[in-house]
Amino acid sequence: MEELLKNYQTVAEQHAIHWIKVGQTDDFPENAGACVKYNTKQIAVFHFTRTNSWYACQNLCPHKMEMVLSRGMTGDSQGIPKVACPLHKKTFSLEDGSNLNGEEYSIATYPVRIQEGNVYIGFAD
Amino acid sequence: MKKVIVIGNGMVGFKFCEKLADHPLRDQFEVLVFGEEARPAYDRVHLSEYFSSEDADKLLLAPRDWYAENNITLRTGEMITDIETETKRVFTHKHDYFEYDYLILATGSSCFVPNIPGVDKPGVFIYRTIEDLDAIKDYAQKLKHDGNIQSAILGGGLLGLEAANASKELGLDTHVIEFAPRLMPRQLDKAASDMLQAKIESLDIKVHLGKNSKEILGEEAIEKIDFTDETSLPIDMLIISAGIRPRDELAVKCGLRTGERGGVYVNNKMETSDPAIYAIGEVALYNNGIYGLVAPGYEMAGVAVDQITGGEKLMSPSIDMSTQLKLVGTEVASFGDPFIENEDVTAIAYENKQRGVYKRINIAKDGSKLLGGIMVGDSSDYNTLFQLYINAMKLPENPEDLILGSRGGESKSALGSVLDLPDTAQICSCEAVSKGTICDSITSGTCCTFSDVVKSTKASSSCGGCKPMVTDLVTATLKSMGQEVKETICEHFEYSRQEMYDLVKLHSIMDFDEALDRHGKGHGCETCKPILASIFASIYMETANRQAPIQDSNDRFLANIQRNGTYSVVPRVPGGEITPEKLMVLGQVAKKYDLYTKITGGQRIDLFGAQLHELPMIWKELIDAGFESGHAYGKSLRTVKSCVGSTWCRFGLHDSVSFAIRIEDRYKGLRSPHKLKGGVSGCIRECAEARGKDFGVIAVEGGWNLFVCGNGGATPKHAILLAEKLDDETCIKYLDRFLVYYIRTAAPLQRTAPWLDKLEGGIDYLKKVIVEDSLGIGAELEAEMEELVQRYACEWKEAIEDPQMMKRFKPFVNSEETDESLVFVPMREQKMPRPW
Ligand code: SRM
Ligand SMILES: Cc1cc2nc3c(=O)[nH]c(=O)nc-3n(C[C@H](O)[C@H](O)[C@H](O)COP(=O)(O)OP(=O)(O)OC[C@H]3O[C@@H](n4cnc5c(N)ncnc54)[C@H](O)[C@@H]3O)c2cc1C
Ligand code: SF4
Ligand code: FES
Repeated sequence: MEELLKNYQTVAEQHAIHWIKVGQTDDFPENAGACVKYNTKQIAVFHFTRTNSWYACQNLCPHKMEMVLSRGMTGDSQGIPKVACPLHKKTFSLEDGSNLNGEEYSIATYPVRIQEGNVYIGFAD
Repeated sequence: MKKVIVIGNGMVGFKFCEKLADHPLRDQFEVLVFGEEARPAYDRVHLSEYFSSEDADKLLLAPRDWYAENNITLRTGEMITDIETETKRVFTHKHDYFEYDYLILATGSSCFVPNIPGVDKPGVFIYRTIEDLDAIKDYAQKLKHDGNIQSAILGGGLLGLEAANASKELGLDTHVIEFAPRLMPRQLDKAASDMLQAKIESLDIKVHLGKNSKEILGEEAIEKIDFTDETSLPIDMLIISAGIRPRDELAVKCGLRTGERGGVYVNNKMETSDPAIYAIGEVALYNNGIYGLVAPGYEMAGVAVDQITGGEKLMSPSIDMSTQLKLVGTEVASFGDPFIENEDVTAIAYENKQRGVYKRINIAKDGSKLLGGIMVGDSSDYNTLFQLYINAMKLPENPEDLILGSRGGESKSALGSVLDLPDTAQICSCEAVSKGTICDSITSGTCCTFSDVVKSTKASSSCGGCKPMVTDLVTATLKSMGQEVKETICEHFEYSRQEMYDLVKLHSIMDFDEALDRHGKGHGCETCKPILASIFASIYMETANRQAPIQDSNDRFLANIQRNGTYSVVPRVPGGEITPEKLMVLGQVAKKYDLYTKITGGQRIDLFGAQLHELPMIWKELIDAGFESGHAYGKSLRTVKSCVGSTWCRFGLHDSVSFAIRIEDRYKGLRSPHKLKGGVSGCIRECAEARGKDFGVIAVEGGWNLFVCGNGGATPKHAILLAEKLDDETCIKYLDRFLVYYIRTAAPLQRTAPWLDKLEGGIDYLKKVIVEDSLGIGAELEAEMEELVQRYACEWKEAIEDPQMMKRFKPFVNSEETDESLVFVPMREQKMPRPW
């Protein structure tokens, strides 16, 4: 299982080498998530319309290692954008992937760019 | 540096370490702790929870790292066998020795095992440590396997009843044997014991009072217990809970002064007869008594820490043994002197056999103060009464109001406001936190919420009994500072659910964004989104498709997510009636998509293991065959369970199946604060378990009896009679009114039973509103329901017919692949997700 986690490492915007086009903006739901695939990775993509911000993170919930985060509910906690896992409602910051319930495990996040109506996600591999 | 050695790493030994670790002079001490048990100190008070959680770590008072972080050396699994007072050394069972300047004896106690022939036979257990519980559980499993399931607890005191509950939950036939003529003889009088006994027996635990055990018999393991009155009881397992015996063996050996019936003598500084040795907790004999509760033990730990650090704190001259607990699901409390009887005392008692409630208070004849009391079945007044007692506060003019509630006029707590308590009033007795400390933590600005207060003062962190009072204090203090406190939905909406419901309706707010713009802030979250979704659905009967992103994750995909991220499919089967043709369709669909199939507890069929992208295909086939969504995922009507009724059953009075189908069809799709379940039984044999539902209808001679506000689940409650002998139409009319009234006024995720509990005036008031239409809103409630009924649409049908809505069920935006990471493993002739 730990192998699965290793597949996901946070990529800071300046370290992204490949910007992968994953669809057009209207392929993605508003104020909710959807999943995309990049090689062996499943990435959850979220669009927050109130601030028109986009976020991406691993689809794998580190709590029980299930591929579900894209189906979780989004929102914010004290202004920090977050996603709540649909299985047990553990919540994670979409800004830095930290665990907002104060538990050990966190998630990897990825940078998102929007250009001419297309959605790109930055990867370092 | 002074060397402190603590013998015993139990609850009190740990409290000593915790208090010393927090002390400003902490650095002057080197602390070494010996614990004979394998684990660091754990919470014995909540020991029984280990049976359900099976997680010993959850009970730890602090993780092992805590000791290291606080520079305390903890040696578990090591027992001290000797103390040499002249050289100030202790010896371990491995013959190592260690020197001390101060020695703290916190060795606790062991279970007192009476000297009955046969107590050493296999099958006899005690109940004090995690290992005891493991042994009990293993033995119970073995017994059940062999079909022997008679278990008895020797001792009907507080711990005995707790053990009885555990034994019952292990699935054993359980007996309680008590020597005294009543249960909990130290806390309860005869009438209270009778009430408790009735409650316990209604849960099928048998109680044997006034029994003196003579011998435990059995060949390889115990088989029966004989009593001196020549009766006997066949048993396969016996748990002894006949009191405690202080573990003073070390003290006796090294010549410390001990009590005749055990215990290490201490003065009010917790010093033993050797001034370098202190004793605290259940091993300490203070004021001629041994105290088997944590609160006095914690106070002793505080005194000992203060003394060795040069302070002057002394132990309170008298120890309060008041207790409030839940035993076998029944609230029990006693405080002060529960039995006191003499010419200067008046006892006032209240008994309600139907509700299983008994309360007694003992007050001074002149009405000046409260001396003690007992409560069984309802201890909600305990905190108030205890405060009146312990602070010797003035009593109201009619002291009986204290247990009866004031009748007529405005109902007001006997305390007036919690703020009227003196600052010294001890609110949390486990952690010795006073009202002043709690209020100061808020007025000083350190704390703003209940959880802040718990963190900072530790109040309410142990047994939790004082939680209601701490909450009241927090609220009252904040209010006195001009800060309004109310039950707001979350950080995004500063309104209660009912206020939001009214706002949405009043301003005809149509979607979540509009609600946020007008009345909220931020993006919303997983708390407020589903609440608003439910409000929109209840007011406009909109399905979960219209604003999919704000639906709870299950509703968003119109299916219940399962352990591995796949979904279940539950079509509606109204009243549980299904044709063979439809049954075959379910079978065919399950087979085609390889779904695990199970009959649910709600009289329908659940198909598990569907992948996200398969849901629409499966539902298309089901809908073509005439099925509709069963809303198993929603906070909405689930099932209306039926029994076969008068059409086939020889006892049936009316056609319960037809009526159940009619009701289920009427309310299907109805969203509500929590899920709703119904039942219709054809006679009082009640095979549909209608009284275990939010609404239940039972056929009687002359019509239907309508019951409301019951449920199974975590806190089972029987539904209560709302109206009798109704015809079909009146029954539906009352149901319409009841349901809309509940939907309008309940808190989020509050089922009908807790809603009724909170409804001022209770069932009598509800009857007035629904049956007598005292508020004059009957017609409005009915009209509202009628409109909701008219607007019903199957949301799965809606979803599969709209390509835009269908996008939701695509696993990947940028690929047509399906999720190949899913793993199933075979189980019997079907499959299941790989285990976590
Ligand atoms: C499938 C089923 C168990 C079964 O195999 O029989 C079931 C399964 C679940 N129940 Fe249940 N309950 C099922 C009948 C019941 C019953 C029995 C009944 O309805 O007669 C009860 C007790 C009766 C009652 O509710 O009053 C019941 C009391 C609960 C509770 C506790 C509710 C409470 O008020 O304490 C929960 C938790 C909750 O709702 O918060 C729950 C929650 C759940 C959830 C939704 C847990 C979850 O969030 O995943 C389970 C998922 C169902 C799924 O994925 O399809 N389930 N659940 C039953 C489906 C019935 C149906 O046809 O719709
Ligand atoms: C099932 C159960 C339910 C309870 N419920 C409640 C309740 O609701 N409310 C309440 O107030 N109280 C309750 N109690 C009582 C409460 O748990 C005790 O009062 C408390 O644990 C006493 O703490 P202690 O540290 O004195 O003793 P213990 O917690 O027993 O700790 C003593 C420790 O010292 C160790 N030890 C003994 N001798 C040696 C030695 N020579 N060398 C090394 N180590 C040694 C023991 O192994 C033990 O770990 C309950 C107790 C039980 C068993
Ligand atoms: S009782 Fe209900 S919620 Fe619990 S495991 Fe069974 S189905 Fe799931
Ligand atoms: S699997 Fe995500 S919270 Fe449990």
